[in-house]
Amino acid sequence: MASRIALKDPQREQRIYGARTVTALLLVMLFLALLLGRYYTLQISDYETYRTASERNRVQLQPLPPKRGLIFDRNGVLLADNRPSYTLSLILERVDDLDGTLRELAALLPIDEDDLQKFHTRARQRRPYEHVPLRFRLDDEEQARIAVNRHRLPGVVIDAQLQRHYPFGPLFAHALGYVGRINSQEMDRIDQAEYRGTFHIGKIGIERRYEEELHGTVGYQTVESNAHGRVLRVLERFDPQPGRNLVLHLDYELQRVAHNALAGRRGAVVAIDPLTGGVLALVSTPSFDANLFVNGISSRDYNALRDSPDVPLFNRTVQGQYPPGSTVKPMIAMAGLESELVDPAFTVPDPGWYRLPGDSRRYRDWILRIRGGGHAPEVDLKMAIAESCDVYFYDLARRLTIDGMHDYLKDYGLGQRTGIDTTAERPGVLPSTAWKRRAMNQPWYPGETLSAGIGQGYMLATPVQLAVATSIVATRGEHRQPRLVRSLGDEALEAPLEEPVIARGENWDAVVEAMREVVHGQRGTAKAISRNMSYEMAGKTGTAQVIGIAQDAVYDEDAIDERHRNHGLFIAFAPLDAPTIALAVIVENGGGSSAAYPIARTVIDAWLAGEAG
Amino acid sequence: MSEYVRQMPDAVGPLTRPPGVARALHVDLPLLLLLLLLTAYGLVVLYSASGQSMDAVLRQGRFFTVAYLGMFVVAQFSPVRWSRWSPWGYLLGVLLLVAVAFVGVGAKGAQRWLDLGGFRFQPSEIMKLAVPMTIAWYLGNRMLPPGPKYIAACLVIIAVPAGLIVRQPDLGTSLLIAASGLFGIFMAGIGWRFIIGAALTAVFSAWPAWMFLLKDYQKQRILTLLNPESDKLGAGWNIIQSKTAIGSGGWSGKGWTQGTQSQLDFLPESHTDFIIAVLAEEFGLRGVLILMGLYLLILLRAFWIGLHAQSSYGRILCGSITLTFFVYIFVNMGMVAGLLPVVGVPLPLVSAGGTSIVTLMAGFGLLMAVSTEKRVVRQ
Repeated sequence: MASRIALKDPQREQRIYGARTVTALLLVMLFLALLLGRYYTLQISDYETYRTASERNRVQLQPLPPKRGLIFDRNGVLLADNRPSYTLSLILERVDDLDGTLRELAALLPIDEDDLQKFHTRARQRRPYEHVPLRFRLDDEEQARIAVNRHRLPGVVIDAQLQRHYPFGPLFAHALGYVGRINSQEMDRIDQAEYRGTFHIGKIGIERRYEEELHGTVGYQTVESNAHGRVLRVLERFDPQPGRNLVLHLDYELQRVAHNALAGRRGAVVAIDPLTGGVLALVSTPSFDANLFVNGISSRDYNALRDSPDVPLFNRTVQGQYPPGSTVKPMIAMAGLESELVDPAFTVPDPGWYRLPGDSRRYRDWILRIRGGGHAPEVDLKMAIAESCDVYFYDLARRLTIDGMHDYLKDYGLGQRTGIDTTAERPGVLPSTAWKRRAMNQPWYPGETLSAGIGQGYMLATPVQLAVATSIVATRGEHRQPRLVRSLGDEALEAPLEEPVIARGENWDAVVEAMREVVHGQRGTAKAISRNMSYEMAGKTGTAQVIGIAQDAVYDEDAIDERHRNHGLFIAFAPLDAPTIALAVIVENGGGSSAAYPIARTVIDAWLAGEAG
Repeated sequence: MSEYVRQMPDAVGPLTRPPGVARALHVDLPLLLLLLLLTAYGLVVLYSASGQSMDAVLRQGRFFTVAYLGMFVVAQFSPVRWSRWSPWGYLLGVLLLVAVAFVGVGAKGAQRWLDLGGFRFQPSEIMKLAVPMTIAWYLGNRMLPPGPKYIAACLVIIAVPAGLIVRQPDLGTSLLIAASGLFGIFMAGIGWRFIIGAALTAVFSAWPAWMFLLKDYQKQRILTLLNPESDKLGAGWNIIQSKTAIGSGGWSGKGWTQGTQSQLDFLPESHTDFIIAVLAEEFGLRGVLILMGLYLLILLRAFWIGLHAQSSYGRILCGSITLTFFVYIFVNMGMVAGLLPVVGVPLPLVSAGGTSIVTLMAGFGLLMAVSTEKRVVRQ
């Protein structure tokens, strides 16, 4: 009825308004309660969850990779170093125009399709504030070009990392080995926590053998970082323990001399300090630049190394198994003396050949080709060694029997790994009847004993084995495992002692005197190197018939003659009275020992000169 | 039956007290006091949220100075005048919105501003007050509660600016402006049958709206709200980080300027739309309760002013402004806490930003004008 008068009714309006206000207020309270409930849930009920999430946001655990231990030679020459390596990376959230930036960068430095593809793959996996690497190993000029243009390239950064560097490249590649990027197999093997933030691991050689010591212990820091990943402050820090430095027995100068002496040849030199077992030089040629492997060798470089007929990746000092030839004669002579089958006065008639009883076949002495006869009508031990008389040793071998020789020679470390502290060492072969039955399932034939008596046939030895055997003679029986590493940090390492070779002094005297005769005697096989020698050296030459070295070498048709020549070997120690160096030299296809003993002279000269100076 | 009383409003409270200085200056003291407290609290939070930038605080302080002055000026004019000016303001606003559609400038695909010689101006801000004022003007002169004809007219008044704004596109502002108009109709006493009918219509038109009306980015916001984890680094990042900030504040908070989420830039828009997350992180639920308490007191005072208004215009306007103010609070606090989609609504009087503060304070100026309107004195 009020509506019909069309007059406003303030009281009614106020009443309605009052009711609406109450309704509105109730709604407001309801919604406020809803909000309050929500904030209560977040801040009280789920507090722990969100507190954890916020801590995880804020605090990050960053690994601090340890610095890899350095490697020095015995005189403190740095052989393996850590150098900063520069990586070009992009921070995507700061890059305005990615394609444009990549084009600009490609104009400044070489970036190939491979780099780009890997970059895009990485970019997809990382957060916008993380560094995405584009190019590794920038050189100085590339760095400079980026630096000059940086103002035009927002989001482009250069990151520095420490990376292994081998200052002498090929010179120590076989001695040290190298590090490389950790692969998936190694990933499974290692303690991944220890390697967080580390990208490299020792692959072979000392780097591999002493990986644990060189690597060190990873450190951590908890850092507070903002949403852009920028570290604002370090909350807690556990410093990494750097890897321990290695000091080697190796002598840079001696290594260089030996390497140069072998230049252009395929061969190996292993020199040992007989008193300590320390390896003074460990050279295998040809070699390669170990730095190539640090960041992943290109397949082109790798194929070139792998397919080279000279097999530069093959570490001849520990992997090369060669017939030792006459270099085993001093050891066999010791066996004869000790077993009293011979004495220094005992002689063997030498017509230039030898015949087994009841066998018509003639086993020839190498001298037969040269003189048409033997070394002398009767050959004694001294002459047999000095002139490398095969007939004497055919006779002795027959009487020792193959198993008798085996038992004596194994004491010199032949046929088993020396235990040198590197990787990939091969054991060689020290034949016996048991060995032949096991390895070839065949009986032993008497003629094979004669071959073994002059270090041919089945017998194989590595250069490091020969150097150890030489060292045993030089010390008159002391047998040490050869060691490359002299000390780990401050801790000096002793070369472990093996079972010594027990022999009578006069027998050592006789054999050492005979070995002196090899170098200094009128008719010594190595008398060529005795000229102007200011010290006395004991040595033994060897010539090994090539039956192919134990490896998958690809033989080049044009080179086939050269590669069928005999290997030249030489073992020696000096000075005679108080030996400080014992070595073994092998020159593959050198024709004869004359390729090897000049190298021994050069190396020993350098060593003794260095010692004197 | 009400012939005698209807001319005589029940005037008990205010008239018994002598009019003081505040009344002379058209200032509602309780409301002013509460607003000042809220402003101060907001500035404290802003200092921390802006990365401890005194510049940001001073800038905000300048906005507040302008806004308080604006409020004071607005309060000087009587509701009768404001009522008379309301339709003209509305017309001007509509014209400006049309202008925006043609010569407006904008960013990120939205055209919302008019460039007045270096000074950028968003006409939709005018509408935030012009719409409730016009509804109050229109209904204030009609018989209440309003019949269907008047309701329809009101809906047109609301739809024109809302439609223009939604085309900019600015869905959030458009909805808020529509809401402010609808609150006016509600407070005017619209019948419940209309309200229920409208609610049912809204529910059944949601599906076509989703299919044809909403833009992809708007749908994305809603989808992200429903499952923020689905896009951790993109759209969901903001909500995850703000919830983390709020939740990690706990009861007592991490301490002023000690919030890691906000100080370390994990929190997006920490000094504008997401500032409540900073407050919640640093002052904890305690601080949130204090803020809610302040808001509630302001709302109560505003309702009180509405209840004691002298005219229909004043009542409807008060109710509308008060409820809209609350919607701002609810939408902002709800969206930051992951209850509602992120629609870009600032936390009233706390978030940094000039125009919203000036508009809000002008609204409170209108409340004060209503509150201090001269009473119709008996006899």
